[in-house]
Amino acid sequence: MGHDAQETDAAAAVDFKEVQSTTQFKELRKRHRSFVFPMSIAFLLWYFAYVLLADYAVGFMSTKVWGNINIGLILGLLQFVSTFAITGWYVSYSNRKLDPIASEIRHEIEGHEFDKHGNPVGGTAK
Amino acid sequence: MTLMVPAVNVTDLKDTTLLNMGIFAVFVAITMVIVIRASRNNKTAADYYAAGRSFTGPQNGTAIAGDYLSAASFLGITGAIAINGYDGFMYSIGFLVAWLVALLLVAELLRNTGKFTMADVLSFRLKQRPVRIAAAISTLAVCFFYLLAQMAGAGSLISLLLGISDWGGQALVIVVVGALMIMYVLIGGMKGTTWVQIIKAMLLIAGAAVMTFWVLAIYGFNLSDLLGGAVETSGNPNMLNPGLQYGKTETSKLDFMSLGLALVLGTAALPHVLMRFYTVPTAKEARKSVVWSIWLIGIFYLFTLVLGYGAAALVGADTIKAAPGGVNSAAPLLAFHLGGPLLLGFISAVAFATILAVVAGLTITAAASFAHDIYASVIAKGKADADTEVKVARRTVVVIGLLAIAGGIFANGQNVAFLVALAFAVAASANLPTILYSLFWRRFTTQGALWSMYGGLSAAIILIVLSPVVSGSKTSMIPGANFAIFPLSNPGIVSIPLAFFLGWLGTVLDKRKEDPTKQAEMEVRSLTGVGAEKATNH
Repeated sequence: MGHDAQETDAAAAVDFKEVQSTTQFKELRKRHRSFVFPMSIAFLLWYFAYVLLADYAVGFMSTKVWGNINIGLILGLLQFVSTFAITGWYVSYSNRKLDPIASEIRHEIEGHEFDKHGNPVGGTAK
Repeated sequence: MTLMVPAVNVTDLKDTTLLNMGIFAVFVAITMVIVIRASRNNKTAADYYAAGRSFTGPQNGTAIAGDYLSAASFLGITGAIAINGYDGFMYSIGFLVAWLVALLLVAELLRNTGKFTMADVLSFRLKQRPVRIAAAISTLAVCFFYLLAQMAGAGSLISLLLGISDWGGQALVIVVVGALMIMYVLIGGMKGTTWVQIIKAMLLIAGAAVMTFWVLAIYGFNLSDLLGGAVETSGNPNMLNPGLQYGKTETSKLDFMSLGLALVLGTAALPHVLMRFYTVPTAKEARKSVVWSIWLIGIFYLFTLVLGYGAAALVGADTIKAAPGGVNSAAPLLAFHLGGPLLLGFISAVAFATILAVVAGLTITAAASFAHDIYASVIAKGKADADTEVKVARRTVVVIGLLAIAGGIFANGQNVAFLVALAFAVAASANLPTILYSLFWRRFTTQGALWSMYGGLSAAIILIVLSPVVSGSKTSMIPGANFAIFPLSNPGIVSIPLAFFLGWLGTVLDKRKEDPTKQAEMEVRSLTGVGAEKATNH
């Protein structure tokens, strides 16, 4: 972390390039990205579709469905629903698929620190 | 549906001034005691900036909600819906959906990589000095815009409550609010301000819940009838349809797109929100805090929908516009209409507290950024000890406090939600591309970061200066002049893509390559949390 790290860093002597090239880490990165990237694209598309409809399809959005409640309001409220749903989905995905691998890798790396050799493995820090 | 409550008489409000001030004084007294108690063991820089990383996810999530549900959300959105109907609802949706960007792409990775400020992450694997300076400058710029909005909200609220419409009187009260805020931050540091945020967030959400329930009860818990009431009072059936504010011309439609873009991409780049991810011990707690805040913020925005249309139906757009404080007075007027002086006093005290707490959060972010990124890393070249750094941060708090007071005195009358949207546009342009590139793009280089940050920041600010917000129309900040050559009032649609493009261009044209070992370290740390947790548990 450079010059301003005042606290001793448990991971300062780790060869991060080596960790980065392990299959375990690659799997973690793949699982993370294969969830967050498509999901981000999906919710952004859905959001911008909504904004475009509100902007250029006023007639459609103003169609009354039930009493004074129109399609625009329903789609707006559905944005809330989808936000809550994606939040819940992500949390359960992280708990099941990401956290176990991440903490495994973390324990392995931090285990190195207590190695009898005590030598910097790759000399990558600073 | 007849009205069961007498119409609001704005002149009655003055009689309740003492009561309002009393409720506000009680809040200040209680929170001040908490701040002093919380600050007893503020010793290290981690204590001062990051509250010793001692907050739990739910606590921190409530505090994030407190930071986010600023006067803009409460006063601004309610007012925007009350006057512009459906187009005001857009703010709620954009402000909420934006949290998914923070949750999925930024929060945990950032928590794992940095220590105190956004610049820690951005400069992690790039050249320290130039990137830190750029990140600190953009942090200060975003905080300044955000502060302007909050202080404008304070001005509106005060003019309504005290019936003060003269410049000197409002200025005096803004000075008092500013002075209180400086005290909170100086005494309490991050821990103190976080506790103030938590209390304030709970009061704000509770107050909004009571009002929402009340409004719905008046309409027999029938949302359709409430909407009908809003249409009836306003005499405009388009209240419920999109386009009332932004649908007039092709330019205004484009402006709406620009606003939508800035709202959804701004949150994950707001320095004072990012800094909150550091007050929790682990990335998992950071995730929990974001989840909490998404729920709290989402529910609150559902309330504002009811409150906005409720104000339109029960108070009426004409009364709101005519009241001192204008658009921003919709929520307090609705409170007065529903619960009389007592509810008005409570709601106003909460709104005041909101402004106070958000301003405190912004100030501490700006101060941390200056002390940690510019002073400690650049001026003192990393040789400053933590005590000096905190000392510099405290002095910065005073300077920023004075600037905020001055800015607040001048930025009166604009819709607060609109002003905050400008801060979002600046944040999304200056910070978001670099945050995302440095977290996810291996090749990203220092030159790319600098081009993107300076390019995005200056594009956003120049376009705002050249927009109708600043000059050329009756509602501009400088109504007399006209140099508004940029037609949109929100610069996002131009400046955000430009900043992403510049980040890419600067990188591919950069002959220097960044150190791949630092890239590896950042990627491993960001995904696994190696070092981040151990390093901070003393």
